[in-house]
Amino acid sequence: MPSILILGATSDMALAIARKFAENKYDVQLAARKTEPLKPTQSDITIRYAVYCTLHTFDALQFNSHESFFEGLNPKPDVTVCVFGVMDDEGKAFDDWSVTQRMIDTNYTGAVSILTTIAKYYKSQKRGTIVGISSVAGERGRQSKLIYGSAKAAFTAYLSGLRNKLFKDGVHVVTVKPGFVYTKMTENIELPKPLTAQPAEVGAAIYSAVQKKKNVIYVKWFWRYIMLIIKSVPEFQFKKMNL
Amino acid sequence: MKKRIANWGNYPTIESYEQKFSFTGELEELIDKNHHFIARGNGRCYGDASLASTTISTVQYNKILSFDTEKGIFECQSGLTLDSILEVIVPKGWFLPVTPGTKFITIGGAVASDVHGKNHHVDGSFSNNIIDMDIMLSSGKLITCSPEVHPDLFEATCGGMGLTGIITRVKFKLKKIETSFIRQKQIKAENLEEIIRLFEEYNHYTYSVAWIDCLKKGRNFGRSILMLGEHASLVELSQTQKNAPLQLPKKKQIVFPFNLPSWVLNAFTVKAFNFLFYLKNLKKEINNVVSYEPFFYPLDAILHWNRGYGKNGFVQYQFVLPLAAKQGLIEILQRISDKGLGSFLAVLKVFGKQESIISFPKEGYTLALDFPVKKGLMEFLDELDEVVLKHGGRIYMSKDARMKAKVLEQGYPDLEKFKTIVKKYNPDGRIHSIQSDRLFLTSN
Repeated sequence: MPSILILGATSDMALAIARKFAENKYDVQLAARKTEPLKPTQSDITIRYAVYCTLHTFDALQFNSHESFFEGLNPKPDVTVCVFGVMDDEGKAFDDWSVTQRMIDTNYTGAVSILTTIAKYYKSQKRGTIVGISSVAGERGRQSKLIYGSAKAAFTAYLSGLRNKLFKDGVHVVTVKPGFVYTKMTENIELPKPLTAQPAEVGAAIYSAVQKKKNVIYVKWFWRYIMLIIKSVPEFQFKKMNL
Repeated sequence: MKKRIANWGNYPTIESYEQKFSFTGELEELIDKNHHFIARGNGRCYGDASLASTTISTVQYNKILSFDTEKGIFECQSGLTLDSILEVIVPKGWFLPVTPGTKFITIGGAVASDVHGKNHHVDGSFSNNIIDMDIMLSSGKLITCSPEVHPDLFEATCGGMGLTGIITRVKFKLKKIETSFIRQKQIKAENLEEIIRLFEEYNHYTYSVAWIDCLKKGRNFGRSILMLGEHASLVELSQTQKNAPLQLPKKKQIVFPFNLPSWVLNAFTVKAFNFLFYLKNLKKEINNVVSYEPFFYPLDAILHWNRGYGKNGFVQYQFVLPLAAKQGLIEILQRISDKGLGSFLAVLKVFGKQESIISFPKEGYTLALDFPVKKGLMEFLDELDEVVLKHGGRIYMSKDARMKAKVLEQGYPDLEKFKTIVKKYNPDGRIHSIQSDRLFLTSN
């Protein structure tokens, strides 16, 4: 049976991705900083879908541990999805370097560290799929997402470079820009309904992107056009806007 | 963020700060952070039992924890819906021990309402099948209870409308089935006398319920259709059914997209009833083998059927009267038919014996019907309450949105005992709903 590794398995989106792949008979490896709270998820996936589900301790910020973490996985996953990420208060980040650093280290450095480790293995095997959950916030720098957006921009660039690098080795890389998603992170924000996806839709979109070897996906299609418009505003105008 | 929420009856609607959790640790934080709250599942109780200005939603706390396919024991977190449970257990040859008329309720809600089904006279209510469960108290303490361990907490939680604490985990026994089909028998009754006689005659059937036409007067007063069922055995299936005896029903659903004037739903139920009564049922009796879905959950096929009662919503009125109070049943049905405020259709069922302090079921006749909210309705329901009490009956809290505190008090002889237990586990009344405030179950 094929298997999938989910990095950052405690989020609503991660659960939805895990369920979608498990439903399609993938064994599931859930990786998170703390595995104890994931035990119910593990039993749920095992019982519902009759696949193997294992839990693994993983900390995105412990870069030095990433190689040994991946070495410890048996079997090696056919698909790796990098879901973890953190969106802190940008005001706090502007005042406090440690907050800024944590955001960059989680969303970019940590992701690059673990995915490069896995990319090396996939390259050697001449197969494998890497899925990175980036963000529409990374498409153009804005004051309201100053650090988060720039870290995601860097991550998007990394994923695109990685796709290019690994193409000839038969390794595929998918970049996902989910847009708004109904999760606990966004529970207290009023979101525009047509632009907001349910976690299950994200799971389904990623599953289909992996099967069809898509490169860059938006979960709700109009995001592509919204971002097109946002990207086309001239900078002299954009800098005056309150975005 | 405050949101406008309502339960299934769309009455009342309130502004509530609704918060979700996926992990036990997150629930601890929510309980710590919020001063007052009530747990809420899928919002399928009808009235105001799970409404408060702060609600803690269990719907994302929905993981399956264990399933013993040999012994038929199932354990899950409280936000899991019966719908999801059926998808897992039916293909393995098991069924819910007790199910209400919708599968879109959470297991936590099933316990808090101590739901009953068409098999109450044989199998009792849902709580009969619970092995043990966990409750998180307002102190943040997690307690495991069962009929043997902390029996007072167990008793007051079954049917206790969530007032003892937040139910987090339930372990319960399932019912063995050979097939996912139901061998169904439908019998027409010309009037109330006959349907009551039929209930007695067929009380050996595991599942029984009747649809009553509430508007018919005179000779055909109380004309109805009795629906009986048994889980079908393999030999009773047709050749095609035999190919997949434990198959799940196919999902065919119609959605009510927006609120409609209330006559639309009435027209629909009139049509459905007449179809069964006159067209499909030319014979006195029909027998067939059907999937469990149309037998147990006929209305689930129409998502949001509650919108059929318009934007003012409706109240579902459900009471139980002792078996000896047949006269009371006639009196109430007559008043309903005279007043013409109610839905065309009512559901009648005979309950078996049950000993519990706050659960609704007790031996007797239970009748449920919908009343679209309009002027004069609340006064009329108060009058009906009097008749119910006069005949020794009581009202179902899960359906209730309007009864007065004294009606609850007179209907539930163990109410004081219940209040004492609630006070013990929820001492400062931090867990409360607008229903519990109205009924003086919690002091605030």
